[in-house]
Amino acid sequence: MAVVDLPFRDGYVSSIIYVSLYVSIIAVTLSTLFSIPVAIVMGFADFPGKQFVKSVINTGMGFPSVVVGLLVLFAVSNQGPLGTLELIFTKEAMIMSQFVLATPPITAISLAAISGVDENVRDAAHVLGGTRVDVALVVLKEARYGIATAVLAGFGRAISEVGSVLIVGGNITSASGISKTRTLTTAIQLEARQGQYETAMILGAVLVALVLTINAVVVRLGDQEVQR
Amino acid sequence: MPIQRREFIAAIGTGALATTAGCAQSGDSSGQTEAAAESGGGSQPGVSGETLTLTTTTSTYDTGLLDEIHPDFEDMYGVSVDAVAQGTGAALESARNGDSDIVMVHARGLEDEFMRNGYGVNRRDLMFNDFVIVGPESDPAGIQGMGSATEALTAIAESEAQFVSRGDNSGTHTKELNLWEAAGTEPGGDWYQETGTGMGEALNVANQQGAYTLSDRGTYISQRSEIDLVILVQGPIEDGPEILANPYGIMAVNPGVHDNANYDLAMAYIGWITSPDTQDAISNYQVNGEQLFFPEAVSENPDFQQYVPEGWSSDSDG
Repeated sequence: MAVVDLPFRDGYVSSIIYVSLYVSIIAVTLSTLFSIPVAIVMGFADFPGKQFVKSVINTGMGFPSVVVGLLVLFAVSNQGPLGTLELIFTKEAMIMSQFVLATPPITAISLAAISGVDENVRDAAHVLGGTRVDVALVVLKEARYGIATAVLAGFGRAISEVGSVLIVGGNITSASGISKTRTLTTAIQLEARQGQYETAMILGAVLVALVLTINAVVVRLGDQEVQR
Repeated sequence: MPIQRREFIAAIGTGALATTAGCAQSGDSSGQTEAAAESGGGSQPGVSGETLTLTTTTSTYDTGLLDEIHPDFEDMYGVSVDAVAQGTGAALESARNGDSDIVMVHARGLEDEFMRNGYGVNRRDLMFNDFVIVGPESDPAGIQGMGSATEALTAIAESEAQFVSRGDNSGTHTKELNLWEAAGTEPGGDWYQETGTGMGEALNVANQQGAYTLSDRGTYISQRSEIDLVILVQGPIEDGPEILANPYGIMAVNPGVHDNANYDLAMAYIGWITSPDTQDAISNYQVNGEQLFFPEAVSENPDFQQYVPEGWSSDSDG
């Protein structure tokens, strides 16, 4: 690695990668646990206000992340309703904002995948004496590829997001250079602010490599599923 | 039906967040710090794990000063310092909201207002450096060597040479606005641009556009190798006008206003950073072979009057 003299301290890059992944993966996991049941209910049931809920989700997909950051800041700030939990400038606050950002795309794309499952599959499951839960599981199985795409889309939005995590996380490292709330994106922002464009580019390459790897792994797993 | 289920899942999600948050937060703060203070510092198991949240201006952070000196404090008390670089305006606002324990900034007017309104206690002068007016070597407004910052700004305004302003309510931005006011010029027009960013980014923008800007000397020095801008008007460190002085102050958040403020640790920090050893470390900190900050807390003639609240009068005098 002697090509470029990297200004990185021991453990610095690995710790910001860790924070990026930790925050994004937990947020996307929570989003998925929230989104899939919502998508199932939306896909199967008819209820008043369904179109309204749908349009709320679609609006959420394009919701500006800095606004989400501001709203979460108001919520977790000492003056806010969750102030007593002391979440400001922590990973938990970042997870909250990532959760809000990742949930709409995961819900919307999952819903599209579930709605796209052939009616015949549902009917067949019913005819074979399946309960509502059985039918749902069959449909989920059919829609799994689309749902994986949904989760990846949510993950992509979470890990590449900079505005809200900067506001609620504070871009903190310890003095020894170990990240507490610094992610790859906020580190890139910091380096660019200081005019260290080479360093910023290196971190950007790491981020892109990370996203590509995770996408490749998920797609690969999906292909194996399909072939089986 | 569906609504209930969603609420249930939301409740689980909130619960999980709260639980993880609870794990991150350890112990009762005030009691442990007192215990550490009594036993005279050192690496105390009682305080280790505690966190001091410091909101500060981008210049102390981007120059690398805090990274340089903080390990000493962290080792001494076994705590961690979360330094959040926000710019003076935002740093004070965070402190006002009780989101930080201590605040280190450089805008005396805003600091005094903060203290007067009761949000801060125990303000100390910490260190100083100065501001410089930087610009392209070609110097289209011809300000090089001017002894007066206000005359230089007037010349820039009259020749309508490009000027980049921070425009972010930071200490530097506040100083710049004061300078325009002192020059009797209202900046505006196509030549005057606000970036709304940190000092480093404003320097980059000015560099790209061949524009003038007001910079603190520290950020300029730490970035000088990346940019072509040169110092055209010096600050008081190089015998420039006193109006370009840039003093930094530090204040603890008033625990009477925000009872969650980690006041004991904040005071330990103030004691530490104003101590002769740390003040030495500040004056020894160099970037590209130049000293960036000049310590101001250790004085041969300390002014204890500064700790007396404004308008206070002793009963015994009467």
